[in-house]
Amino acid sequence: MIGNIGNKIISWIDERYDLSPLNNMLKHKKVPVHKHSMWYYMGGVTLFLFLVQLLTGILLLLYYRPGEDNAYESVRFIVTEVRFGWLIRNVHSWSANLLVLFAFIHMFSVFFSKAYEKPRELTWITGFIILVFTLAFGFSGYLLPWNELAFFATKVGTDIVGVVPVIGEPLKIFLRGGEEVTGATLSRFFGIHVAILPAIFTVFLTLHLLFIQRQGMHEPEHFKNLPEEKKKYIPFFPDFALKDLLLWVIVFNILIFLALYFPWELGNKADAFAAAPAGIKPEWYFMFMFQSLKLLPAHILFIEGELLGVLFFGVAGFVWMLIPYIKVKRKPNWKIQPLTLIGIIIVAFIVIMTVIGYLV
Amino acid sequence: MRTRFFYLSIYFITISSLLGVVISGQKENKTIQSSKEDHCYSCHKEIDNLPKDFSENDIHRHANISCSSCHGGDPTSDDQEVAMSPSKGFVGAPKHKDIPKFCGKCHSNINIMRVFQPRIATDQVEQYYTSMHGKKLLTGDENVAECASCHSAHAIFPAKDPRSTVYALNVPGTCNKCHGNSELMKKYNLPSNQLEEYSKSVHGVALLKMKDLGAPACNDCHGNHGAMPPGITSISHVCGTCHVSNMEYFSSTRMAKAFQEQDFHGCEQCHGNHTVLKPTDEMIGVGKDSKCVDCHSSGDEGYTVAKKIYSLLTNLKNQFSLADAKYLEVKKKGMNDIEIGFLLQDAKQALIQSRTLIHTFDSTKVGAKTKDGIEISNKASLLAQKEIDEYYTRRNGFAVATLVFLLVVIALYFKIKDKKKKTEK
Repeated sequence: MIGNIGNKIISWIDERYDLSPLNNMLKHKKVPVHKHSMWYYMGGVTLFLFLVQLLTGILLLLYYRPGEDNAYESVRFIVTEVRFGWLIRNVHSWSANLLVLFAFIHMFSVFFSKAYEKPRELTWITGFIILVFTLAFGFSGYLLPWNELAFFATKVGTDIVGVVPVIGEPLKIFLRGGEEVTGATLSRFFGIHVAILPAIFTVFLTLHLLFIQRQGMHEPEHFKNLPEEKKKYIPFFPDFALKDLLLWVIVFNILIFLALYFPWELGNKADAFAAAPAGIKPEWYFMFMFQSLKLLPAHILFIEGELLGVLFFGVAGFVWMLIPYIKVKRKPNWKIQPLTLIGIIIVAFIVIMTVIGYLV
Repeated sequence: MRTRFFYLSIYFITISSLLGVVISGQKENKTIQSSKEDHCYSCHKEIDNLPKDFSENDIHRHANISCSSCHGGDPTSDDQEVAMSPSKGFVGAPKHKDIPKFCGKCHSNINIMRVFQPRIATDQVEQYYTSMHGKKLLTGDENVAECASCHSAHAIFPAKDPRSTVYALNVPGTCNKCHGNSELMKKYNLPSNQLEEYSKSVHGVALLKMKDLGAPACNDCHGNHGAMPPGITSISHVCGTCHVSNMEYFSSTRMAKAFQEQDFHGCEQCHGNHTVLKPTDEMIGVGKDSKCVDCHSSGDEGYTVAKKIYSLLTNLKNQFSLADAKYLEVKKKGMNDIEIGFLLQDAKQALIQSRTLIHTFDSTKVGAKTKDGIEISNKASLLAQKEIDEYYTRRNGFAVATLVFLLVVIALYFKIKDKKKKTEK
């Protein structure tokens, strides 16, 4: 019965808009099956978490009120009075963190399988831009509950922006909406979080997905070298899509579990005149950069340590984005290729610095 | 001509009066000499003969007041014979009986004192002679406290300075220097264990252990310069300076009159004096710790009222404890405790007010307040129970949701397996 109605709707649309290209794509799109196939699912999980963010974000918008006098109170109202408000807010917070985690995993899996190489350079670049915007989402969203920790973390974060030569100070003032973190910063971050970032993000996400659909899944080197008869594929639709869905259901269940058993504390309302609480830390995904800046000496040669650190991360990020265009000579005798080694060092650096950040 | 003479006379009289005021002010200030060119200090320091209790930070020294301002002599001369010559007004150390007047030379003179502290009191000496210490000193008693006994002679600090012997935290120790000396107190037929008793009291614990400067020290009840034990008529007022409501309730009861008639010591009768312990609800009622049964016995009106008030208080206390336990559970479970917290604050306030209303000895008044407190406590209890129920509902909901997700996962798994078989075929 339902199937019939569905078919009727599809044929109604097909009659008018000709869905055959889409049908063909779905029918012919194949996903390679090999020992590293599991990494294909990471992008899908990241996309799913983004959709969760979108939905829960819209729901939070129904009750959230920006502004120095309202933000904290409205979030408290959401988690205490609104039916299922606690669930929506906690899922939004947890999903944000898992989204960044899976985005990183997705990025490094693409890096280590060399999926960024020609012809997928633009997929990598749009993916990197999406990651940067995801971090910006995290940074701007962190301030919105207007609690003590968020207030001081934003203060420290925007201070770091101010270190950048020439554009740093004006950018800091632009972000803060003045010299200090105030209600003006909150309004600005709210606007950035719910309007500006989603608009830009959607453009790059659409491009990223279009590139993937157009070019299909990347086949790793060892798979490409297999004889044709040994190459195994599964259809993207419905086989791979069903597996994706299975994973999404599991991730969603985990998300609800985390939201229920490990709710995000709201803490105390931000007070600009209060002393900064002990143990202010940025969100975990900024921790490796924060910790590195902390460990740098005050001056390296004639340059300020912090400035050098910020410039280093800026340049490193830019180089990372352009990795498809950087050619590193293969070393036939090396067991681990130089670029893979660099990747391993970067992952180790991020993990070690994050752990030190939480332990020290 | 006569009119001109009249106006001139008025003019001269006014000018000479003004000059007189200025000159007399200058004379008074002359008693205080600057310590800038102070050979007293430099010589005594050189020969290591400064007073035992001498402090470089003494308030007088800080105000550039030379030793000679109190002891006389000529501080500008470095010749001992000249500097400490009686002809230069040198008086040396004052006798015990003369000390209040010795300090009073300046401290009782507002024209001198206002230069240093415009709002300072200058009646200390006057008050001192009304005190037990002052009265005894006038009779020639050499043991009683004078100014230097409490303030020290050469290490004087403002009372708000923690280094001062009369800083709130130091007052009990300062008084105890003499009042803790059993040999000395025997002469006056006074006990010497006040500090020991005070240290155990709510006031002593608050001041000495918790360092709460708002808690009363000896001088807050006994006075300082005019120190006297509070009399029977004044004792309620002494306690009432802080415990306002208790005093007001008590003084308007029939009991207050009865207390006066029987020479009972107001608040002290039930709460004690130096050993004021934290009052318990058991002090009212008819139990073994009750104070009421000291005078009332079974069958009389007071006995019945005491029993009733105790029952009302206990009832509120139990309801409050029940709500508080639930509140803690809500907090522990990480549920919404904000509103419950506010309600419990109100309930606690009602409990405190009920306890204060005991001093009306009117069970109707206490009953009205405990009723309010019980209603608020019950409301808090209900709200807390709702949150506890919600906590379990969420967990049950999660269990159901997980079951549904599990079914979906199983269904998807079989569907994928089925597809895989079909593809392989």
